[in-house]
Amino acid sequence: MAEIAYWEAIRRAHDEELAHDRMVIAMGEDIGVAGGTYKATSGLYQKYGAERIIDTPISENSYTGIGIGASMAGMRPIIEIMSINFALLALDTLINAAAKIRYMSGGRVSCPIVMRTPGGTAHQLAAQHSARLARMFMSTPGLRVVTPRGPLDAYGMLKSAVRCNDPVIIIEHESMYNMRGEVPDTETFRPLEGAEIVRVGTDVTLIGYNYSVHLCLAAAAKLAAMGISAEVLDLRALRPIDRDTIRRSVEKTHKAVIAEEDEATVGVGSEIISVIMEECFFALDAQPVRVHAADVPVPYNHELEKAAIPNADDVLAAALKVLGRV
Amino acid sequence: MNASDQKRLLREMIFYRRFEERSFEAYMERKIGGFLHLYSGQEAVATGVLEVARCGHDYVITGYRDHVHAIKAGAPAREVMAELYGKETGSSRGRGGSMHIFDPTVNFMGGYALVGQPFPLAAGLALACKHKGTDQIAICFLGDGANNQGTFHETLNMAALWKLPVLFVCENNLYAIGTRIERSSAVTDQYKRVCAYNIPSSQHDGQDIDVVMAAAGDAIAHVRAGRGPYFIEFMTYRQRGHSMSDSNAYRSKDEERQWLERDPLKIYAERLKKAKVVTDKDIAAMEKSVLNEIENDIVRFAEESPEPRVEDLNKYCLDDQPDPRWIGPLAQGEQHG
Ligand SMILES: Cc1ncc(C[n+]2csc(CCOP(=O)(O)OP(=O)(O)O)c2C)c(N)n1
Ligand SMILES: [Mg+2]
Repeated sequence: MAEIAYWEAIRRAHDEELAHDRMVIAMGEDIGVAGGTYKATSGLYQKYGAERIIDTPISENSYTGIGIGASMAGMRPIIEIMSINFALLALDTLINAAAKIRYMSGGRVSCPIVMRTPGGTAHQLAAQHSARLARMFMSTPGLRVVTPRGPLDAYGMLKSAVRCNDPVIIIEHESMYNMRGEVPDTETFRPLEGAEIVRVGTDVTLIGYNYSVHLCLAAAAKLAAMGISAEVLDLRALRPIDRDTIRRSVEKTHKAVIAEEDEATVGVGSEIISVIMEECFFALDAQPVRVHAADVPVPYNHELEKAAIPNADDVLAAALKVLGRV
Repeated sequence: MNASDQKRLLREMIFYRRFEERSFEAYMERKIGGFLHLYSGQEAVATGVLEVARCGHDYVITGYRDHVHAIKAGAPAREVMAELYGKETGSSRGRGGSMHIFDPTVNFMGGYALVGQPFPLAAGLALACKHKGTDQIAICFLGDGANNQGTFHETLNMAALWKLPVLFVCENNLYAIGTRIERSSAVTDQYKRVCAYNIPSSQHDGQDIDVVMAAAGDAIAHVRAGRGPYFIEFMTYRQRGHSMSDSNAYRSKDEERQWLERDPLKIYAERLKKAKVVTDKDIAAMEKSVLNEIENDIVRFAEESPEPRVEDLNKYCLDDQPDPRWIGPLAQGEQHG
């Protein structure tokens, strides 16, 4: 077991899957000769060559479509989109093609692509580089959407995504590539479905995914210092959502906070609250609370940006609110 | 081409025309729903190109006007008709309909409704062919209107850059629904638009199947030899409206008449008659056997086939038998990590 960075975990998954199956290729802007914007594909061009580590022109919709077409003929492309903001250009081929081809062919053609892309705010990248957009993908039938919170899932879920026969979107985070964590030295697969209880508690359930799991963990530590036992649940997959694990946790704690870095409207939080209402309404002792971004394009100014995006104290405040401590 | 192949081709084109006309009737009887885009008038293009391709070996992909492409590529006509009827025995199990015929057993990779979307999918199929090192190619049929999408330019650029074995077939029928080509394309000769990407291209008569086969044969040879993509434009005309509810008010009766005179079936039949390959009697017999086949085999199969079961509504959305190693659920021991 070694501690490695999130970007190293992604690179290792690429490397192992490229070595395992000649039908696996990677494609995206600057992933080859330049080694990838976040180093996640560094060294692979030298090892596997230009035919398998494909530097693409800036044509998101069509290179995604090329990956989809290749997948229909038996290939397993890992498509990198430099930022989730740019994935908007690829929505036609992704949503109108990849997500629908299996269904509209009556199950006769599948599109086993993986699309990796970072969402989230980093440091003052302003409105056009700070979108999160997970909610857009999670509402699309025919896709799988996963959100690794650390190196282990970043590694093991990418490997599973390559092997899986469905189109999988992996949403990473601009600010997480240098985060470190333990990953086994032996080959490991992490499932594409299933939420995970990452901290056991009894008084309140804090629900997050990707970056916001860390806000929940930080809030839980502060709550512990106040004598409150918070359970932290990592959704891991936004599509499909693991309703059982959510229900079991809320039935135990009777209180829920959902933390998302995105805006609230028609978002992850609204979906999770619906799940709670449908699964275990009568287990609730208080109305669930959402922690989310301000309803504005992300501002450039440092203080404004900070104010727009939720942090651990916002999660803490929300937890105290459901606990009736404010 | 020998006489028996010529006869076969003529019969095929007659078959395609009657297939489309019969589906029109079924639409009027409300047995077929949704949009229905007929290929009448353009038969020589798909028939000619695919005659000289290696169907079942090469990949074929197109837009929503796809029945004839699918059948010529090798999809059973019964299953195509059953798909129009929305039946479980249809090419896409009744989930796709007229615009989304698929038959991967013959490498017919679908009809698509998003104008211009098949361009990159075709290039991807070609990338796979190249990667596997086979001598397969991908053939992408699209209309003139599709060339105004960004995917046209993006895909041509990458196809040329990576020397992909893909043949782009532009079926220029002069209209994108009701908009004539002069009103949507700054350069009306579509084959000229690809020169920016250093892709060889040419323009030909799409009503004469012999011209189509000769030109497509050369283009396919170029692509199959590993010399990169080729763009071929065929001038043609759809005899019917864009879809079902189109009165063709945007085009003149004169223009329609002129193109009817250049009906691809008529041109080919006349030629074969002159060459004494067929007689009027042969053609009448062909017509009869085609109608008989369509009515008593194809339509009957579609009519008698079962509907999909409503219980199967959610089938085919994702892999229905996923491997738990990749999908989960998360084992107990893996929790609290
Ligand atoms: C992306 C997109 N925009 C608009 C439409 C509506 N539409 C359907 S067919 C069509 C015209 C396409 O013309 P062309 O490519 O010349 O093909 P043709 O119908 O003539 O065969 C339009 C605008 C669509 N289906 N997809
Ligand atoms: Mg047209």
